[in-house]
Amino acid sequence: MKTIPLSAAFACVASLAAAETPVLDVYTYDSFASEWGPGPAIEKGFEESCACDLRFVTAGDGASLLARLQLEGATSAADVVVGLDTNLNAQAAATGLFAAHGQPAVTGLPTPYADANFLPFDWGWFAFVHNKSLAFPPKSFEDLAASDLKIVIQDPRSSTPGLGLVMWVKAAYGDRAGEIWAGLKDNIVTVTPGWSEAYGLFLEGEADMVLSYTTSPAYHLIAESDDTKTAAAFDEGHYLQIEVAGKLAASDQPVLADAFLAYLTSEAAQSVIPTTNWMYPANPLAAGLPQGFETLIQPAKSLLLSQEEAGAMRDAAVAEWQAALAQ
Amino acid sequence: MTARATAAFFGLAVAALTLGSAALTAGHATDWSLGPADGAALRFTLWQAGLSALISCLLAIPLARALARRRFAGRALLIRLLAAPFLLPVVVAVLGLLAVFGRAGPVNAALTGLCLPPLSIFGLHGVVLAHVFLNLPLATRMILQSWQSIPAERFRLAEALGMPPGAQFRHLELPMLRGVLPGAMATVFLLCLTSFAVALTLGGGPRASTIELSIYQALRFEFDLGRAALLATMQFALCAAVTLATLRLTTGAVFGPGLGRGLEIPRPGGWRCGLDAVALGLACAFLLGPLIAITARGLPALTEMPPGVWPALARSVAVAIGSALLAATVGLCLALSVARGQTWLEVTAMLPLSASGLVIGTGLFLAVHPAIKPETLALPVTLAVNAAMALPYLFRLLLPETRTLLADYGRLSDSLGLSGLNRLRLVALPRLARPLGFGTGLAAALSMGDLGVIALFAGERTETLPLLIQHLMGAYRMEAAAGAALVLVAASLALFWAFDRWGAKHAAA
Repeated sequence: MKTIPLSAAFACVASLAAAETPVLDVYTYDSFASEWGPGPAIEKGFEESCACDLRFVTAGDGASLLARLQLEGATSAADVVVGLDTNLNAQAAATGLFAAHGQPAVTGLPTPYADANFLPFDWGWFAFVHNKSLAFPPKSFEDLAASDLKIVIQDPRSSTPGLGLVMWVKAAYGDRAGEIWAGLKDNIVTVTPGWSEAYGLFLEGEADMVLSYTTSPAYHLIAESDDTKTAAAFDEGHYLQIEVAGKLAASDQPVLADAFLAYLTSEAAQSVIPTTNWMYPANPLAAGLPQGFETLIQPAKSLLLSQEEAGAMRDAAVAEWQAALAQ
Repeated sequence: MTARATAAFFGLAVAALTLGSAALTAGHATDWSLGPADGAALRFTLWQAGLSALISCLLAIPLARALARRRFAGRALLIRLLAAPFLLPVVVAVLGLLAVFGRAGPVNAALTGLCLPPLSIFGLHGVVLAHVFLNLPLATRMILQSWQSIPAERFRLAEALGMPPGAQFRHLELPMLRGVLPGAMATVFLLCLTSFAVALTLGGGPRASTIELSIYQALRFEFDLGRAALLATMQFALCAAVTLATLRLTTGAVFGPGLGRGLEIPRPGGWRCGLDAVALGLACAFLLGPLIAITARGLPALTEMPPGVWPALARSVAVAIGSALLAATVGLCLALSVARGQTWLEVTAMLPLSASGLVIGTGLFLAVHPAIKPETLALPVTLAVNAAMALPYLFRLLLPETRTLLADYGRLSDSLGLSGLNRLRLVALPRLARPLGFGTGLAAALSMGDLGVIALFAGERTETLPLLIQHLMGAYRMEAAAGAALVLVAASLALFWAFDRWGAKHAAA
């Protein structure tokens, strides 16, 4: 019983000490704020100019982040949220917790995107990553379904890339999505709860391909000097994941929050993104992308459902996925 | 406070943590309905948990018997090593199993060499294989514990009377098994009931969906608190039903007190010796193979670990020791009370087994927010929840021994007027030291590997080692994660062994 008053006391002391400098609470997903993500560099860079203390509060992934905001509701301490994606935006907008960001539109996306509440800070194409030694990489989902290649994917009910894949098939094939999934069924070795389990299984040699991003091979090339990985280019196009940030309407630091969003899309923060988050920056970099990114595949066509479409068809698309694979 | 009141207090605290958190979650719900696939998830959950429990316990019998009646060099070490799979964090265990049974593993290499078709580990059989791998050690220890509680004098008497193996089994071993098996099976069943990552990763697709996955989906993706609370209630109802059924099926085996002189069980020779050797050999290969694979993966990566591993390890160890001691205190108190007749506490003590870590986390979150920042409570909350989660194991291990203790020494203690702390120190603790040490070690190791509540509460500077491993894997650093996982496994085992050793040392003969 001692712990509660004691920690409350600690919390009081901490907030008294912090009253000197304003605190900006940024909610984000784990890997953004981790030692290897863009978080530490962005925190350092922003604190140099803001005369404030930037604090990251983390939740597992984009979906957990949104769930946490919904749990906290209007009493949330969050000022800014970094790391939702376009498939979650409709649900996020419906909470009514977000305010207009007021920033100029970003210009580095492969497809036009503008939203009053959500500001893109990076993006990537979903893709199946494989070893270059793979003899005949598939050129489409139908190709893949006809092959006997083994793939690992993530569950759309517990993972944002998993949901992205379901949306990809839906955007590319519409009403034929169920049929495509039925064809893919015998290629799917297993479905994992999250991205890291699937990627781990692929690296262990349990599958020929794994659902990830076109930028994943850049990690192996740049961080590990390993050029054996590549991604398969699909003719029907690649679905986009656009990661967005937003400002909370109930923020007690609205001015700092605006300044942070401006910083997040500035050259300083954007140049950190490619080799920490392993995604493309939302604004073009003056010096261009880091060396190694030029080796990545460039999909000719980008697919993206609008957030209204994505929000409206999500449940039905997941049910279709589930029905096709559960037979 | 009297012992009775203390036990009731602990019972209520556990109920508040489990049922209360589900109620709080439900209190914030706006809609009450199950999803379309929840029925199928329930069926799959029951099916895989039932199979896993049955197979784990059946395989545990010959293994426990071999361990109970054979003495060989390295036996004590083997018993300790065999506990390891149960203590592994799930992700690590899955990767270890894959290294052995996966596409590129030695089992499939051997099959290909023999021109046989390769074996896929993915599917219901993969889920059951993983659950047996994780739970066979626990079932074995529970049964072994019971085997050792038959006074060796009884076996010697049976030998002297010329009883054949069949008759010995009927008169001595079968009654003992009837006493321990229902509880062991129920424990494994309930444990597999809340399986999430194993079932999904090895299940091969959405057919292998469990209730816990539905809860995750409801809480994280749909923010449907009503559905999550309904599903959690379903798990609790199953837990209560299974525990009550176990209560009715369990018959206390009464062998009477032995001399407590530590005589050894006779070791029958001939074919029974061969049988024991086969059981031990197969179990070693099955349980130790993946462990060796994990070690082989982790060792070269030890140099690549980030410095953050050490503070994370220190935090994990501190939380583990705290929660283990708390769980031991509560478990001992509840077991003594249940043995004395407060049976409602038995169901309460088993509740955490079927509690969804996610729902507990969500309930606690709602309880403290917005009065206190959840990050400031991350470690105390993890400590308390981990203690509650480990309670059922401790309780299950202690209860049979406590019943025997009361049956054998209760009247003697009463007539000597021994009560309170003196009775605890002089009579109970020496008799219960072995299961208590084992159970406390188990609680510590389980807490080390836990990734439930901390993920919801963690903030800066409260990262535990399992969370760090997850972060490493999320940042493509699979090798560094393998190194950190090896550190985690080594630390878990060391903690477990330390407590287990204490128990063995202080056990009365």
